[in-house]
Amino acid sequence: MEGVTKRFGAALAVDGLSLEIAEGEFFALLGGSGSGKSTLLRIIAGFERPDAGRVILQGRDVTALPPPQRPVAMMFQSYALFPHMNVTDNIAYGLRRAGDRNPDARVAELMELLGLGGLEARRPHQLSGGQQQRVALARALARRPPLVLLDEPLAALDSGLRESTGLELRALQRRLGASFVMVTHDQSEALSLADRVAVLHQGRIAQVAPPRELYERPATREVARFLGAANILEAEGRAHALRPERIRVVAAGQGMAAVVTELAFRGGDALMLVRTQAGQVLRVILPAGAALPEPGAAVGLAWDDAALTPLSA
Amino acid sequence: MIRAGSWLALLVLVAAPLVIVLGMGLGTSAPGVPPVIPPIGARGWQGSFEAWGLMVADTYYLDAALRSLRLAAITASLCLVLGFGMALGIAGAAPRWQAPLLALVLLPFWSGFVLRLAAWVGLLRDGGWINGMLIRAGLITEPLQLLHSEGAMLLGMVHGYLPFAVLPLTATLVRRDPRLEEAAADLGAGRWTVLRTITLPLAAPAAAAAFLLVFIPAAGEVVIPEVLGAPDSVLIGRAIWGEFFQTRDWPAAAALSTALLALLLLPIALFQRLATLK
Repeated sequence: MEGVTKRFGAALAVDGLSLEIAEGEFFALLGGSGSGKSTLLRIIAGFERPDAGRVILQGRDVTALPPPQRPVAMMFQSYALFPHMNVTDNIAYGLRRAGDRNPDARVAELMELLGLGGLEARRPHQLSGGQQQRVALARALARRPPLVLLDEPLAALDSGLRESTGLELRALQRRLGASFVMVTHDQSEALSLADRVAVLHQGRIAQVAPPRELYERPATREVARFLGAANILEAEGRAHALRPERIRVVAAGQGMAAVVTELAFRGGDALMLVRTQAGQVLRVILPAGAALPEPGAAVGLAWDDAALTPLSA
Repeated sequence: MIRAGSWLALLVLVAAPLVIVLGMGLGTSAPGVPPVIPPIGARGWQGSFEAWGLMVADTYYLDAALRSLRLAAITASLCLVLGFGMALGIAGAAPRWQAPLLALVLLPFWSGFVLRLAAWVGLLRDGGWINGMLIRAGLITEPLQLLHSEGAMLLGMVHGYLPFAVLPLTATLVRRDPRLEEAAADLGAGRWTVLRTITLPLAAPAAAAAFLLVFIPAAGEVVIPEVLGAPDSVLIGRAIWGEFFQTRDWPAAAALSTALLALLLLPIALFQRLATLK
């Protein structure tokens, strides 16, 4: 993508955005609502025409091509399964459009790949959420597109199913070797599944990096805020990000003085909110087994200088 | 209370008139007010099946009924095709235009029914606007027989009943999920293929409803064929009207009405059956 811009009326959804996605890469577009991430996905699929800029796919300019002529397949957040067709016909839809008169073998292969055996004759409304998600994925993969677009692929699933389905999704992507571009608002989903993550903010890319680098060295306030709610410390006119788990609690009178305002035990760890003398609220994550101070207690906070990540804006 | 009220309304407005018409069809014609002797009197059963026998014996009524069904089917089909196009257009318009466009579809209802027919007569008659224009343009020398033809009658019927088809189709098409059509396009379907494989099948129940909403009243229509149609091709509505008001044979008229009703129940039952299958 080169300099892609899209306006809706006066609102700028995507603002002169350039992005390159490698072949066989699992790429995540991460951002809050209104960040332009879904619009970007729809521009790649061809549902929206950019006001400026070009979309290049495998060396070919596809900006002017309508969706049916683009070698990409999209999995919709709502799955958009055809309610009047059974599972087989849903999966075979794209194959039939490509002129395949006997798509049974490929459909069977996909049903096997996604563990959908026995559901051939079911209608979408007779399937569970997880099964619907798999059918939608099978339908998108049927024509072996080099680029698969996933719009919040896990958002509609139960939380228990989300993690395992995400891992299956990545394993599938590795096996097929296709490029996957996933849109999500869930930072842990993006970090755990993608090879690279682009954080979008107000129609622009705030940062593109592999998950670990993004997490450890956020470039801007927005990225820091979005990735696990990091603390932002202002000192001498410069901003630094400080991850909540890098803060240590020391005896009162040492380090930075603060008062505990909230404490939440979360099983694996504990989240503590403290108020500094300057009035700033900081998030502190204490490891399991650490002594937990009482709410209202005065504590001291300390951290290593290496834990501070300078932010550009 | 509401439940009892609706049952009462059904009883008074639907069941009672049906029983009266059914009974009248089994009565015998006689001078008087009303000009019919009820089938059950003081001495018990006194009715006859004469009216029903007449209906079978004379192909006049059967011909009229078949002609009516054929014209109603053509009218309903034309309304369905035109209405589907209009509904697609309205549903595809920007939301703030949808209500005004729908109001335009209903606009003819704001003028009187007879007035609209009179307007068609004015346009179509020998000395009317269309013939006048054609003669002045030098395309014809003698006026064309436009009025009192099957074409004129179909024109009037389609014009009159089109909103009944547009409304249910629009209601369904406005509510449809645009993602389904996008998904189809994404999977390689062109515009017509999307229409044929996704939009049309999903709108099929509404299309069936639209067809019936036009077909059923069109099958018994009296006024439009009378004003615009050919005088020699009698329709069933006209035949029933004639029995009631001209020959004053109420049992025959009632028997014909009952038979027409039974005939029209067939497609309704079929539609119900299809709807429950879905």
